[in-house]
Amino acid sequence: MATKGTVSGVIANMVTLAVDGPVAQNEICYILTGGDRLMAEVIKVVGSNVYVQVFESTRGLKVGAEAEFTGHMLEVTLGPGMLSKNYDGLQNDLDKMDGVFLKRGQYTYPLDKESKWHFVPLVKVGDEVEASAWLGEVDENHQPLKIMAPFQLEGTYKVKSIVAEGDYCIEDTVAVLVDKDGNELSVNMIQKWPVKKAMTNYKEKPRPFKLLETGVRVIDTVNPIVEGGTGFIPGPFGTGKTVLQHAISKQAEADIVIIAACGERANEVVEIFTEFPELVDPHTGRKLMERTIIIANTSNMPVAAREASVYTAMTIAEYYRAMGLRVLLMADSTSRWAQALREMSNRMEELPGPDAFPMDISAIISNFYGRAGYVYLNNGETGSITFIGTVSPAGGNLKEPVTENTKKVARCFYALEQERADKKRYPAVNPIDSYSKYLEYPEFEDYITKRINGEWIGKVNEIKTRLLRGKEIAEQINILGDDGVPVEYHVIFWKSELIDYVILQQDAFDEVDSVTPMERQEDILNTVIDICHTEFEFDTFLDVMDYFKRMINVCKQMNYSEYKSEKYEGFVKQLQELIAERSVK
Amino acid sequence: MATKAFQKIYTKISQITKATCSLKATGVGYDELATVNGKLAQVVKIMGDEVTLQVFQGTEGIPTNAEVVFLGKSPSLKVSEQLAGRFFNAFGDPIDGGPDVEGKEVEIGGPSVNPVRRKQPSELIATGIAGIDLNNTLVSGQKIPFFADPDQPFNQVMANVALRAETDKIILGGMGMTNDDYLYFKNVFSNAGALDRIISFVNTTENPPVERLLIPDMALTAAEYFAVEHNQKVLVLLTDMTSYADALAIVSNRMDQIPSKDSMPGSLYSDLAKIYEKAVQFPAGGSITIIAVTTLSGGDITHAVPDNTGYITEGQLFLRRDSDIGKVIVDPFRSLSRLKQLVSGKKTRKDHPQVMNAAVRLYADAANAKTKMENGFDLTNYDERTLAFAKDYANELLAIDVNLDTTEMLDVTWGLFSKYFKPEEVNIKKELVDEHWVK
Repeated sequence: MATKGTVSGVIANMVTLAVDGPVAQNEICYILTGGDRLMAEVIKVVGSNVYVQVFESTRGLKVGAEAEFTGHMLEVTLGPGMLSKNYDGLQNDLDKMDGVFLKRGQYTYPLDKESKWHFVPLVKVGDEVEASAWLGEVDENHQPLKIMAPFQLEGTYKVKSIVAEGDYCIEDTVAVLVDKDGNELSVNMIQKWPVKKAMTNYKEKPRPFKLLETGVRVIDTVNPIVEGGTGFIPGPFGTGKTVLQHAISKQAEADIVIIAACGERANEVVEIFTEFPELVDPHTGRKLMERTIIIANTSNMPVAAREASVYTAMTIAEYYRAMGLRVLLMADSTSRWAQALREMSNRMEELPGPDAFPMDISAIISNFYGRAGYVYLNNGETGSITFIGTVSPAGGNLKEPVTENTKKVARCFYALEQERADKKRYPAVNPIDSYSKYLEYPEFEDYITKRINGEWIGKVNEIKTRLLRGKEIAEQINILGDDGVPVEYHVIFWKSELIDYVILQQDAFDEVDSVTPMERQEDILNTVIDICHTEFEFDTFLDVMDYFKRMINVCKQMNYSEYKSEKYEGFVKQLQELIAERSVK
Repeated sequence: MATKAFQKIYTKISQITKATCSLKATGVGYDELATVNGKLAQVVKIMGDEVTLQVFQGTEGIPTNAEVVFLGKSPSLKVSEQLAGRFFNAFGDPIDGGPDVEGKEVEIGGPSVNPVRRKQPSELIATGIAGIDLNNTLVSGQKIPFFADPDQPFNQVMANVALRAETDKIILGGMGMTNDDYLYFKNVFSNAGALDRIISFVNTTENPPVERLLIPDMALTAAEYFAVEHNQKVLVLLTDMTSYADALAIVSNRMDQIPSKDSMPGSLYSDLAKIYEKAVQFPAGGSITIIAVTTLSGGDITHAVPDNTGYITEGQLFLRRDSDIGKVIVDPFRSLSRLKQLVSGKKTRKDHPQVMNAAVRLYADAANAKTKMENGFDLTNYDERTLAFAKDYANELLAIDVNLDTTEMLDVTWGLFSKYFKPEEVNIKKELVDEHWVK
């Protein structure tokens, strides 16, 4: 019989229950109050007193209210029909809810029970299968989704029967499996999985190496991220975190994009709801929304569900990875998630760690990032989860627990900088502090050599060095004055400005400039490097400034023009003439 | 408040702190209101039969045998058309000598809007101030604070914005406002003949600080009524949110919670977000726009209150005294409206985004030139031109006494570009230069 409990105390969303039977840590229960069922999760047990965090407002809750335990942890329901859905942090389908306002205790089923899916079997009777084996395939929004053997299976099963190709609902039995003792198991298209447990249904997790193209130059060219890689974007407010994140989610070359809006502004989610159904995926030509799932737990939604939302998103990502798809998971912002942990830890009167965050924040963050990755599945196919989280450091100070602990685990670091944002140099990614560890991976070097050429990484490192040198000279000029340094110094400085304006800066709101395919990025990098290698002759520093401003202007017009169009070629010609004007032969 | 016959009266208080008192009671709901010797209080903690109440006016003079009556409801407001033109205190009781408002009783701090039912904000709110309309365009359904030091004229700017904006209702939530400022708003609104579309909930510095905690929810409950039931465009002014946060800190401190940064409660982000996220564009046409004030201490935006606010709101507006022109300007570097791209260049002229960015970039060049000048270096001809541009730009556009429409603002800016620069120096798309450059 299910365990029951009675409310014995309430402090905000932390409730204590007296229970009459066994309960598990993280078990889900429902508290009944005034006709509503409030979902809650066990977070601490002391004798027969159980502390739960309620995922809803506890207004009006009284001592003596009853609670029912469910016997399972917080889990998600996985199956066809999730693409282009908008879920809350607990995977309730937001579109199925009535009314303009969210009602307390309203939970909606995340899938559609009536929809039919065209099932194509991938196994035959007699085949041996294990957990997560691909039994069949359905098509959702042009994605080949695999129907898999239940993730919880242990050992080997034999396929006793499998349905013929045809249209089925998610609850229809599509296969019957039998274990070595002859026990039969009916399988439908639905899987369930507890969100806080990582799925490990793959053979091997190698170091990732394949470039994940995002169309953002400051990422792809300068600090690339890879399929199955991890990255994070810290930045003070107003430095363009959200714009950058949206740009990546719109343009990245991924099969599935999952956006976890975790404790952020509702209007930002609305922007996705509004724009994604209209925007076209630059890689497939289909609507962006078709490959996107949104997990929205905006800042005014209950705090405990905010903590759950990132796990919900990650588990959904793992589900698609097990099908051999490339998943991009974006979480905005992981700081809000950490704050939710802090609020709860505070209510439980735990001894606080740095900045009042819980002591185990570092382990929680690293475990979470550890769930991303590029994997070889048991059947030899590959899949990946690329994870990019934003961090909102308090006061823009990167020496705070969430940023520091994230830095230990994420391999790419895109530091957004107030100073660049103030100067409207967007995306305001600081080119000197930011890094991508993948540039150092020999696996990545092999890959990029095949994809572009062997000189690529050398060129990338060269522009980084030039940017650093440019910054040093700018500081010297500030101290010594324009006349205080040789004219050549001005040339070096302006060459670094050229790199900044032409490669780093990119207009996220311009139709052409917002996305730069890799081929074009290669072209831009080569053009800029060639100019950097050209020797110019100037009499005074004024000539230098004047000349490079003209050059930057032409290059920017190039970036704004459609690649290889007549207009573009016109600017290319102008640039060549301009270079010839001053170059020393 | 009158007690009803069947209500149980408790008379044994077991613990009293500066802001809370505890007693043994049963059948009490979380968040429920009570009166303690007639003073309004709210349930903040229940542990078995021990109930802790937060007394809004403070616990001064409360005896251990005080009469405690539970009211069986959370804080609420009666809403109807009668709210218009009235002034209330933090409990929603009239303070203008008029009669009580009749209407539907609604619990304040109600549920959030389902994000999928929101509409994307897309209507420009024109204020005539170029520092706002040109550089940081406001959109209905937006939430944005002024970040300002206490001595800056933010209340005047806010009153101007409120009166110039085309809205159906203006709701003022005053927290820890001086009596003088309260009277200032009252005067400005009545002189403008706008009193009938104004509703005010005011907690002045003379009232107990903890009462302030009710003000934003009161104001926003009234706003939701007009925006949802009457599809009106409602502008909510909240001043000053730093006073609100201070009251939160007082309560959390008295409840022995572990403080996080700057002695603020760890839940500050969620507490502020709950208020600001009430800003919304409803699909049926109604909207709630929030313009707030967050006072800073010595311009420090890394303090927990402005910092958390910045992460919640859709931008912020900075006021700064510009010593070159002797006027208060809207600082173009630190101000930002995150929703501006929803309207600029779409509801305004096509060149708006590029002109705005180019002008700010040139203004930044002027700031560099100024540093050079102050350090005693020679200025280039370009430096001198940027400095001259910056002065005109500040005077004709950034100053808060400007009142132009957006097209005029753009024309003025093109005029300044053409006066001081060559087309290749402004870095704007060629087509736009060809169209607007003043030859």
